[in-house]
Amino acid sequence: MSSAQSQSLAVAEAAAPASALPRRAQKFSARRIGAVSWWFVVPALAFYFFVVLWPSIEGGAYAFTNWDGLSATKDFVGLAQFQRILTDPAGVGAVVHTLVIAVAITLVQNLVGLLLALGVHTKIKSRNILRVALFTPAVITPVATGYLWKYLMTPDGAINQILGFFGLTWLQHDWLGDSNIALWSIVATVVWQFAGYSMVIFLAGLQGVPEDVLEASTLDGAGPFRRFWYVVRPELAPAITINLMLSIIGGLKLFDQVWVMTSGGPGTSTDTMSTLIYKNAFQFGDFSYGIAMALVLTVFVAILSSAQYKLLGKQGGSK
Amino acid sequence: MNRYTWRTFILEAVMVLVGIVFFLPVYILINLALKKPDDASSPLAPATSLTFQNFSDAWSQANLGQALVTSAFVTVFSVAIIVAISALAAYPLARVTKRWSRWLFFIFMIGLLLPFQLALIPLYTTIRDLGLLGNPVSLVLYYAGLQVPFSVFLYTGFIRAVPLDYEEAASIDGAGPMRSFFSVIFPLVRPITGTVIILNVLHVWNDFLTPLLYLSGSSQQTVPVALFSFVSQYVSQWNLVFAGLVITIAPILIAYFAMQKTIIKGFASGLKG
Repeated sequence: MSSAQSQSLAVAEAAAPASALPRRAQKFSARRIGAVSWWFVVPALAFYFFVVLWPSIEGGAYAFTNWDGLSATKDFVGLAQFQRILTDPAGVGAVVHTLVIAVAITLVQNLVGLLLALGVHTKIKSRNILRVALFTPAVITPVATGYLWKYLMTPDGAINQILGFFGLTWLQHDWLGDSNIALWSIVATVVWQFAGYSMVIFLAGLQGVPEDVLEASTLDGAGPFRRFWYVVRPELAPAITINLMLSIIGGLKLFDQVWVMTSGGPGTSTDTMSTLIYKNAFQFGDFSYGIAMALVLTVFVAILSSAQYKLLGKQGGSK
Repeated sequence: MNRYTWRTFILEAVMVLVGIVFFLPVYILINLALKKPDDASSPLAPATSLTFQNFSDAWSQANLGQALVTSAFVTVFSVAIIVAISALAAYPLARVTKRWSRWLFFIFMIGLLLPFQLALIPLYTTIRDLGLLGNPVSLVLYYAGLQVPFSVFLYTGFIRAVPLDYEEAASIDGAGPMRSFFSVIFPLVRPITGTVIILNVLHVWNDFLTPLLYLSGSSQQTVPVALFSFVSQYVSQWNLVFAGLVITIAPILIAYFAMQKTIIKGFASGLKG
């Protein structure tokens, strides 16, 4: 958790290079406003406490009970709910699917986003309209993009029709009905929607790449790959950190697209932790099992995002 | 390096092709919504005889008018509260260097890590006990709390970068902290307020799981949930479904195309810190 703070501090500092305030002014300000403005925090803190902090603590506690959400029985059962996750094939499956989705989305979305950014950040005339077009899916309601792709991926949907048109009938599949590929079809949908998002963040990073250094390295005979690795990549470090963080967390929590496209099916082949939390808590009346899974998800998010930050943050996450 | 060479032209051609492929699903979406249900032509073939019947059917059968009003209500009020309380809270967090200030900032930042699924179920019982299930007000309160950490984070970083001179001048002129905040700080941080508004509006408008839970069974639904129950009913009539999708994403797309520069900048700058 301390990593969240240090990360945000690092990012905030990176964004605020002008924080070299005169010492006298800082003291002055602390004396002037330090005593009174404590109250300014209270409304935000109150909302945050009642909506996020306290229910999260409560949620964490329920994971160690057998409460079904309605009845009066609320017995302490220790780690029994967590053992159930490990012995329940659906539970293990959901954990595996969630990790696969998170890793696949993180890798593919960022690779595509980076290539798009490098392509758009050039002298091409269509760069502005391309930026707008490629970012468009990112603002559309995920439920709507889910349905759109659900249709495109039906056996007689647009994708199979286009493949048929080009004579690629051997590539035609029941994209969401085949339990071997349904998970990947969902990954593709999410990548389509958010690759432009990654691109926009990479583009912001590319603004900082010094043009003269690029030109000098070209004159010195550096090819495009060496130019990218030695000149562009260091400048992109903060954008990479933020992109990876966003896509890992987004992938781990993925619900909307899965729910409208497959509801976890066929069978349980696309159930993620989020869909299983929802099913257990609100459809199967298994409140505390759902919440135990939510706690596991929390731990995953915390571990993966802080590991990722440690790994990349040192490389100059805050420059 | 600065000239438009044949290499640039090839890159341009490739990128335009990529852009078209990316945009194709959106085209199919709108195209299909304009076609008659018995039109068996390819989804790529432009609609020859346009029909708007799908739109009026979807509008009335999915109760989309009601849903748009509910979504607008929830979005406007929750984002207004988020902006007000987050900017206010960020002021002392950015300016006061005492220990409590750093601790509070840390406590807010914990919220960036907690997945909302953890709080979702206990909060559901609380809202049920308060009798707010099915009431859009529950969503306003929920988003106001949920989006505080992220918004406080953006505001604090931005206020730290504002020179103290303006507040100094204001306080010499006799302004208290309240006055300094409203007359000096808040106007100065307008760019980040834009970012906070854009990111939160999109999040609240597009959110699906929370309204699915908190408004289930009531006649007041937000757009994504109305869409969800509508599609579950008419799942095989894709022309109708797509008309419903077009109606619901139209407000966002219009806003996006009208303000694309600001919005893209908001995403990039906001997430850069």
